[in-house]
Amino acid sequence: MTIQFLGKTLKNPMVLASGILGNSRDILERVHENGCGLVTMKSIGPEPRDGHKNPTVIDLGHGMINAVGLPSPGYLNMENEWEDLEKREFPLIASVYGGSVKEYRMVAEFVSSKNPDFIEINISCPNSEKHGMIFGINPQSSHDVVSAVKKVINVPLIVKLTPQAPDIGDVARACEDAGADAICAINTVGPGMVIDIESKMPVLAFKKGGLSGPMIKPVAVRCVFDIYKAVKIPIIGLGGITTGEDAIEMIMAGASLAGIGSAVRYRGIDVFQKVTREMEAWLSDHHYSHEDIIGAAHKEG
Amino acid sequence: MKPITDQRHIMLRVAEKQIESQEFATLFFNYALPFKPGQFIMVWIPDIDEKPYTISYHSKDRFAITIEAKGIFSQKAITLEKDDLVGIRGPFGNGFNIKSDDTVAVVAGGCGMAPLATLVEKLNKNTTFIHGAKSKEYILYPDRFDLDRLFCTDDGSFGRKGFVTELLENEIASGKSFDRVYTCGPEIMMYHIFNICEKHHIPCQVSLERYMRCGFGVCGACVCGKQVVCKDGPVFDSSALRGIKDFNTKALLKSGKDVNLAQYFSWRCK
Repeated sequence: MTIQFLGKTLKNPMVLASGILGNSRDILERVHENGCGLVTMKSIGPEPRDGHKNPTVIDLGHGMINAVGLPSPGYLNMENEWEDLEKREFPLIASVYGGSVKEYRMVAEFVSSKNPDFIEINISCPNSEKHGMIFGINPQSSHDVVSAVKKVINVPLIVKLTPQAPDIGDVARACEDAGADAICAINTVGPGMVIDIESKMPVLAFKKGGLSGPMIKPVAVRCVFDIYKAVKIPIIGLGGITTGEDAIEMIMAGASLAGIGSAVRYRGIDVFQKVTREMEAWLSDHHYSHEDIIGAAHKEG
Repeated sequence: MKPITDQRHIMLRVAEKQIESQEFATLFFNYALPFKPGQFIMVWIPDIDEKPYTISYHSKDRFAITIEAKGIFSQKAITLEKDDLVGIRGPFGNGFNIKSDDTVAVVAGGCGMAPLATLVEKLNKNTTFIHGAKSKEYILYPDRFDLDRLFCTDDGSFGRKGFVTELLENEIASGKSFDRVYTCGPEIMMYHIFNICEKHHIPCQVSLERYMRCGFGVCGACVCGKQVVCKDGPVFDSSALRGIKDFNTKALLKSGKDVNLAQYFSWRCK
């Protein structure tokens, strides 16, 4: 099932979500070998950053809550990783974040020079007081950051959106108008909180965190549906996809590619080939191609 | 009592604290923990932090973790007393592969003794048990096991002066043959033990340590080469070790920056 996506050929429509398994070539290559068509690095920031203290990631059974806190070596501090990644034999999205338009532009311009296949800007991470969130909830600020980044990079630009936007379709349209080549949605839902009643303490050290996994899938499907109505550019749909049928559902909502993050926990690193096989089986049973079902849930009238 | 899971913590109270030496203390919990030697749990001290710990004592209705006071978390953990509350989740990781009839050697270095303790208790009397540390105060559980132990310290303050690698080489040179060697300790020590095993064609199982967050193979904090230490490990056998190019060379800091092991351990031990 090869897929054409923004001028690149992918072996299947599966995407590794940003923030899962990090950004070293070795582990990303293993993800690719395990059936992932397109892998995304963990978001890279303007400064070295340790992230939050533990607990940072807790499984709640029906999904996870996390506040890892955007740890990053910092974009100028990754020479070994870049050197290694430039020798890769798999398609790569480099994800970047910043605290201001200037920082996004600075990091993205530098990262673009390291030849990722695509750049994703994370304008939606909820895990930091300063970083990211403000841009993605508002069409104007999203437009500002996208148009600034678009001018300084020479690879296609993907914008990762937050479900916290009051109207995610409006935000997606603003990104498209500003030159975005694709939308990735959604980032984690929330923030949420879990409290341990014995210690009377929020469990996460950062207290609140983003929700992911099966519990957020309906939110993700609705967001992708709204975005598909609002824009012409392709969508990477993710949020709670664990099975082939989940991926089909997301594609019918309007996604061209289907991302996986938390399901690495539930089905192992080879979840990508499992989900691809399940998708292929469903498509074949129903005599559809991947392209036939993109946005299939959007009926006229 | 609630069953422990790899999801949210269960909260347990410290049942007993045992001072092992100036450097180590053991916290016991009255709880029936399903567990295999070599696995670990995540231990949360509310308002402080959460870290992976091996199980150092294990019986039907009781288990313990042993703490070496090194960093901010362990310095706090070592001050916990009876009835203090901690959260645990797990167990995580794969654990050691044990075949009870095999003739094996166990090589422990420093606090690497802790994950090997429950393993040693499952091994037969033919086991060769080598235990080293930098000095006498760092020899953990000097009187604990039924098995004879060959001790060494870097400064000669307990047992022979020298390294565990020399003791293992001596045992092999004296004609002992081993079906397997288990080791845990400083990574450079484990690397040398692994190389001795490779030279003599002995299968080896090594327990690696890396900074961890989730414990279940998602966040990427503990990635080592193509392996995810918390999920694929922390115990790796010879065939896996041959493919891990970061073994004894690189580790990730909390930021995700890859550094050499000297830089990594100087940060971890702060």
